[in-house]
Amino acid sequence: MKALKNILWELWLPIVLVGLWLVLSAGSKTFYFPPLARIMDKFVHVWFFDGILKDLTPSLGRILLGFILALVVGVAGGTLLGLLRRTEEALRPVLEFLRSTPGVALLPIATLFLGVGQEMKVFMIALACTWPILLNTIDGVRSVEPVLLQVARSYRMTMWERIRFIYIPNASPQIFAGGRLSLAIAAVVMVVTEMIGSPGGVGYFVLNAQRNFDILSMWTGIIMLGLLGYLLNLAFRLAENRILRWHHIKNA
Amino acid sequence: MNQPAANQELPAPQPGQTLLSVRNVSKKYGPNEILGDISVDVRAGEFLCIVGPSGAGKTTLLQCLSGLLAPTSGSVSLRGVEVSEPPAEMAIVFQDYSRSLMPWLSVLDNVALPLRSTKMAKAEIKKKSTAALEEVGLAGHLDKYPWQLSGGMQQRVAIARALAFEPAIVLMDEPFASVDAQTRSDLEDLTLKVKQHLGITIVLVTHDIDEAVYLSDRVLVLGGRPTEVVDLIETHLGEDRDQITTKSTPQFAELRARVYQEIRRQTVPAQS
Ligand SMILES: Nc1ncnc2c1ncn2[C@@H]1O[C@H](COP(=O)(O)OP(=O)(O)OP(=O)(O)O)[C@@H](O)[C@H]1O
Ligand SMILES: [Mg+2]
Repeated sequence: MKALKNILWELWLPIVLVGLWLVLSAGSKTFYFPPLARIMDKFVHVWFFDGILKDLTPSLGRILLGFILALVVGVAGGTLLGLLRRTEEALRPVLEFLRSTPGVALLPIATLFLGVGQEMKVFMIALACTWPILLNTIDGVRSVEPVLLQVARSYRMTMWERIRFIYIPNASPQIFAGGRLSLAIAAVVMVVTEMIGSPGGVGYFVLNAQRNFDILSMWTGIIMLGLLGYLLNLAFRLAENRILRWHHIKNA
Repeated sequence: MNQPAANQELPAPQPGQTLLSVRNVSKKYGPNEILGDISVDVRAGEFLCIVGPSGAGKTTLLQCLSGLLAPTSGSVSLRGVEVSEPPAEMAIVFQDYSRSLMPWLSVLDNVALPLRSTKMAKAEIKKKSTAALEEVGLAGHLDKYPWQLSGGMQQRVAIARALAFEPAIVLMDEPFASVDAQTRSDLEDLTLKVKQHLGITIVLVTHDIDEAVYLSDRVLVLGGRPTEVVDLIETHLGEDRDQITTKSTPQFAELRARVYQEIRRQTVPAQS
């Protein structure tokens, strides 16, 4: 009952907005802003299921691949740097610099070395996503309670056990915070690389439709991107609620 | 690092034999000499309390005993084997229970965690951990998180974690300092009961003189600057102790007064 109420509470505004859009755009004669009803018709037509197979699947695949790569590199590298304080201190300015450089600025050079295909896209997504996760993991690993490390020592836990049962769990709230940020970045980088790269993907679909003056299809692609981002975020939140259950109830 | 791997392989220590031997241990932090020259033999099966004024170096001494800290000179050995890292037969209960438990693990997993390093089977680990939690009266809270428990209960989790490990000796650093008076006496009695039940050796640091006398077979009084052994007192209070009757015996009052005077004699001149 409470869950239902929550869902309704979250849904009322989107429903009102979509309703408004439907009503206000109903008689639209403008070429660039067609009625929503027509966009919706087109949406079903374009995306079920040809579009999903042809464009959504590759987009989803590369965003997940890039994100997971970033997660692995960020957590592993962040843990290592978090443990090696001196090394991290030496690397900190470089890391901060790289983090502050907008990921897409490397696009031209990435296309030189990796071309315009899948490798370049996944690489760009992974690269841009790594920084928030890496830096947050470093902080999370650093902030381990010293008493816990004494406990670990007194029970002769191995380094691997300390990483697995102390450092990573301790860093997990920060890792998730970084991951959430990365996911938003991943969606942006995915669209940008698809727009400049080889055909395929929702980003490419949107640009291509616009080039062909197929404004209806373009709008369906934009809506698809919105849905994709929303659903990825939702999935991420569900995973977070499961894994960080202890953290959420503790701080509730 | 030539510690025996598992406690079972060693012959059980005979009660009264020296288990942990502390020989001329001193510790300096930079130029500050904290521990002077401390020697004491901890006997197998005894309850030894270390008392001393605040800042005397009790925690420092305990850390030297456990191998968490290397003494500046002197040595500590457990059954003749020099202690350089915490040995497998030793468990430590830290003062700060709320920080010594992993907030991301359930009570049961907290207790089970140190056992994972051993080659024990999963089912066996669970059995031992559950038994240890039963021993401290927490059987009904296995799936809770430690921070969902009261302070006294959290400290009992930490004690269960030490017990599950089946150590020969448990070191405790002011384990009951941050709980209320009632919980404190409950935990004291629990510790006595567990010690008798499992036949382990306990070294407990406290600055509460009543607690030291009440729990101990022997009380080690520290004092002076640098800190040295002022006295080592046999309490002869017997096996069965009771918060009210034991504490109202003339013997208890006498011991209490003696330790109190020894500590006061040490602290007053030190402040001038
Ligand atoms: N890592 C350290 N570096 C320098 N000095 C230290 C360090 N640890 C402790 N000391 C000093 O050593 C002295 C003894 O500290 P210790 O914590 O062992 O005392 P204690 O008897 O346990 O005190 P308390 O009863 O307050 O817990 C103190 O003066 C403290 O300032
Ligand atoms: Mg102390």
